[in-house]
Amino acid sequence: MTEGPLSDRLEPQVASLTGTTSRRRRFLDGLFRFATIASVGVALLTLGALLVDIFLQGRPRLNPDLLSNMPSSRPERAGIQSAIFGTLWCVGLTAVVSLPIGVATAIYLEQFARRDRWYVRLVELNIQNLAGVPSVVFGILGLAFIARGPLSWGFTVGTGAMVLTILVLPTVVIASREAIRAVPSSFVDGALALGATRWQAVWRQVLPAAIPGIATGSILSVSRAMGESAPLLLLGALTFVTFNPTGLDSGYTVLPLLIFKYASDAKQELHVVAAAAIIVLLVLLLTLNTTAIMLRNHFEKRRH
Amino acid sequence: MTSTSSPIHLDLEATRHAAEVGSTVEPVLVAKDVSVYYGDFRAVRDVTMSINRGEITALIGPSGCGKSTLLRCFNRMNDLIESARVEGTITYHGIDIYGPGTHPGEVRRRIGMVFQKPNPFPKSIYDNVAFGPRVNGLRNRSELDEIVESSLRRAALWDEVKDRLKSSALGLSGGQQQRLCIARAIAVDPEVLLMDEPCSALDPIATGRIEDLMNEIKSDYTIVIVTHNMQQAARVSDRTAFFTTEISDSSDRRTGVLVEYDLTEVIFSNPSDERTESYVTGRFG
Repeated sequence: MTEGPLSDRLEPQVASLTGTTSRRRRFLDGLFRFATIASVGVALLTLGALLVDIFLQGRPRLNPDLLSNMPSSRPERAGIQSAIFGTLWCVGLTAVVSLPIGVATAIYLEQFARRDRWYVRLVELNIQNLAGVPSVVFGILGLAFIARGPLSWGFTVGTGAMVLTILVLPTVVIASREAIRAVPSSFVDGALALGATRWQAVWRQVLPAAIPGIATGSILSVSRAMGESAPLLLLGALTFVTFNPTGLDSGYTVLPLLIFKYASDAKQELHVVAAAAIIVLLVLLLTLNTTAIMLRNHFEKRRH
Repeated sequence: MTSTSSPIHLDLEATRHAAEVGSTVEPVLVAKDVSVYYGDFRAVRDVTMSINRGEITALIGPSGCGKSTLLRCFNRMNDLIESARVEGTITYHGIDIYGPGTHPGEVRRRIGMVFQKPNPFPKSIYDNVAFGPRVNGLRNRSELDEIVESSLRRAALWDEVKDRLKSSALGLSGGQQQRLCIARAIAVDPEVLLMDEPCSALDPIATGRIEDLMNEIKSDYTIVIVTHNMQQAARVSDRTAFFTTEISDSSDRRTGVLVEYDLTEVIFSNPSDERTESYVTGRFG
């Protein structure tokens, strides 16, 4: 029986273990691996080159004076203090306003809204579309309706934050919805089957399970506001402001716009200040994103 | 109205049989001409049956016959499916559970549910069992402790978990998780327990333990179980309802209908409908 047709069939298969077809497939596999690693490499190298270049350029002015001096067109006195505070004000206000509204919207759309209602579909469609609108359009909107027009808040940090809020709200909603949708519906079913109200099920089961995702997604969205310059360009932030914001109605500037202003100045020395300011902006962004990751890890650990 | 003093008389085969065997039959849940629609599709047609107190009622039938759909109507879990719509009436001790003044949460507290796949919350064992009492307003720590212990004891899980009540419920085995879900369900002291294929994700030993558990608690809880396992229905239930699918007149989609509802031994040994007979003898489905 050992010399039967089965062994005839097996022989070529055994032979193919080391044969040419197998070698070709392994080569393709290796090639693909190399291609993916190379892609990552290109991205990392570009980023690295940029960072090194900026760091070398900006290092001469990377000192405490940069942080404590106010913006100025005179290179020896030029600093970025009011822009740091302006950025923190804008991003902070944006977070404070957009997070509750965004998360509440996401909860409504995922847990309470009936998908078969036309107005729910309209809201969903709008949010998807708003997320793709160029940011300068929000600037024009803010100029017409918030800075001037019905609200007439003027060129203030409140106006800037409001426009940034509208800008990031769609992405906060989308990120929060993803996080909420990732919570198994069996948690909600289980809670409701015990007599919980919809709100109790959301508050006690859905939100605790969704918070890591909501925090990460939302902070990443809000950090987008930190680098945003186009809408604020239209809202009076492109000036040398020599005071820090003290309230919603203060004038303001933000780091990206101040960088733009320094970098486009004719004086070479101000370009060095711009490079130093870029480093500060990157550090701020990195801090925010690290916070997001740490929050996520913290909550995920607590969950198990 | 909430008292049990208004028995509903329905001309049902099952009621007659029960009268014949001499047990007192008190309907807890009564479905009358119940049809369930998903959008335009009628998933279940004209089901009339009553669930009796202290009994285990099994709903059996081939896939798509609407037995789970019907089960989920008994505690309004179908409300969660947007397109679902229930026609006819389902009464609990004479009260229409779909009536205008009835709150689904209140219905579900009295008519609990155990799902097909064990679904413990990602919390501690203690918090899982205490969840129901807590959402229903109980705050007192010692009362909660007491409820957690007695519920876990009833679900035959206490001895296995009493030393790790604070550890995550997700660390339990599948069978333990399902018993935890039963403990969680009985912690709010419901009268009825609906079980939707509670053993289909479990191995035979865990299944046996759940079945033993059902027998132990049936004196205190009225149980309705959906099962694909006919041996299970024969082993645990007092009454069995056999459902099947029929091509509906309006479309060519299949609609679930109740074929026969009777004492379990009658369904399995002497059914009156030949569709029931061919199903329970394994000739179809």
